[in-house]
Amino acid sequence: MDPFLTSRIVTDVLGGLTNGVIYGMVALSLVLIWRSTGVLNFAQGAMPMFATYVGFALLSYHFGYWPCVVACIIAGLLIGGLTERLLVRRLYGKPEINPIVVMVGFLIVLEAVAAAIWSSFPRSLPSPFSSIDWQLAGKPIALSPFTVYEIATGLLVMTAVAVLFRFTKLGLQLRASAVAPEVSRLLGVRVGRLLTLGWMLSTVVGVITTVLVSSNFFTGLTPQVMDGIFAFGFIAAAIGGLESPVGAIIAGILLGIANQFVTDFVNQNAVIIIALALLIVSLMIRPSGVFTKRTERRV
Amino acid sequence: MITIDDLTVSFGAVQALRSVSFVAETAKITAVLGANGAGKTTLLRTISGLKEPRSGTIRMDERNLVHRRTEDIARLGIGHVPEGRGVIGEFTVEENLRLGAMMAKVNLQQGLSEQYEQFPVLGERRRQHAAKLSGGERQMLAMARALIAKPSVLLLDEPSLGLAPLVTAQLMHTIQSLCDTSDLTVILVEQNASSALRIAHHAVVLHVGKVVANDAASVVAADENLRQYYLGLVE
Ligand SMILES: Nc1ncnc2c1ncn2[C@@H]1O[C@H](COP(=O)(O)OP(=O)(O)OP(=O)(O)O)[C@@H](O)[C@H]1O
Ligand SMILES: [Mg+2]
Repeated sequence: MDPFLTSRIVTDVLGGLTNGVIYGMVALSLVLIWRSTGVLNFAQGAMPMFATYVGFALLSYHFGYWPCVVACIIAGLLIGGLTERLLVRRLYGKPEINPIVVMVGFLIVLEAVAAAIWSSFPRSLPSPFSSIDWQLAGKPIALSPFTVYEIATGLLVMTAVAVLFRFTKLGLQLRASAVAPEVSRLLGVRVGRLLTLGWMLSTVVGVITTVLVSSNFFTGLTPQVMDGIFAFGFIAAAIGGLESPVGAIIAGILLGIANQFVTDFVNQNAVIIIALALLIVSLMIRPSGVFTKRTERRV
Repeated sequence: MITIDDLTVSFGAVQALRSVSFVAETAKITAVLGANGAGKTTLLRTISGLKEPRSGTIRMDERNLVHRRTEDIARLGIGHVPEGRGVIGEFTVEENLRLGAMMAKVNLQQGLSEQYEQFPVLGERRRQHAAKLSGGERQMLAMARALIAKPSVLLLDEPSLGLAPLVTAQLMHTIQSLCDTSDLTVILVEQNASSALRIAHHAVVLHVGKVVANDAASVVAADENLRQYYLGLVE
């Protein structure tokens, strides 16, 4: 193959992987909430955005990057938990449209409040890692210390969540509360607490995603920073099947790579159109998502 | 011991239980019998805190259970095998059992092997999804999942429903031997009155929410009126 084309493909895959990991994390956090509480959380981008601002406000960047990240995560735990207790708890068991309307409203409120308090001017949260691409034989490849940090963190978070759900007592209780709340309570599982914990966890996954995105030298933190990313994460979650965490992750990564190819070979503006087309086609083939196993849902 | 005193439960205008009182003694099987809609399931759900009573008390030994949360009642040692069994179909057999053992202060491995000994078929299928079990196997799983937590009280809601007579007989035998070998208090809800009366020590008959008989199982079994009008047992 033409060496120029080869390097172009490698660059696209690497660049796409970085975005894909981000989409995968958003998709994963959506699936966590959907599976544990049956709510399609349209504020899944805005809540972590807000938490990241709060973390920033609590501990300004002057203390350094890592303390600031920890403050953002703590803010995420609080905001996720409070949102579930004060807002979402009233929505369980209601027709599916109610939570959607409420969470879209919440998204708008959070973005407006963030803009009012902290302005829409981007804040930078520069990471300690350089964004300058490495060079291979004199040519830059789409990989820098920062993108490696991004990909590694993303994979680590996703693996941790998978392990938590699959192999721990806590994960077993979280899954049981989601599929069979009444039976779980009869077995002594404190379902109410676990639902709160599910929201805290997914908000933290969102905060880590937001921190990664806003640590990017070129992006920074704005009230709208997660809007576009949320849209792609949402598409990935739908393609992967809202039921399947692994499906969401894989779909997110593939979507990131596909986007990069479309940007490179077609046009930046075609990306969202192609992504939506992918979504429609996949929903036509497998309405419950491409990666979900077909099993009986409940006994 | 479970003591129920003057318990009234309603769904809006419908009174599902009207001033129900009886005692389920420790290490005994108390059968609760009655036709469809008599209030048997409602009784068990109220004991477990899934339904708030309108008035009356439910005590386990000296503790009042009313107004406690379901999960706290479970943690006091009340195992409830619900109507329709409630095994989690998308969990494997072993995951169902692990969930059952979660709250109890028991050794998981030991608990698992005890249950697999008691119900060998569950051991053979431990990695299979519970949705793929047969009705009888699911019933065994539901029982094992309640028993692994070593409850002091076991509430069983129509365990024989949908089971072949032979399987029902085995199940009743299992319940009986559990009661004989430990201090387990069993409240056994059944429509299948004859098989329940065979193993029960005590029987309570409900008719549209009211207690119409509350006596030794042998006495209830011998009462022609009860047999004919409330239990549907006609020779
Ligand atoms: N969730 C509910 N809402 C309204 N009414 C209810 C509800 N659950 C039960 N009931 C009513 O309460 C009464 C008792 O029902 P329950 O389920 O306790 O009967 P049961 O004795 O268990 O019957 P079965 O043998 O058919 O299981 C019935 O009249 C029923 O219609
Ligand atoms: Mg019933």
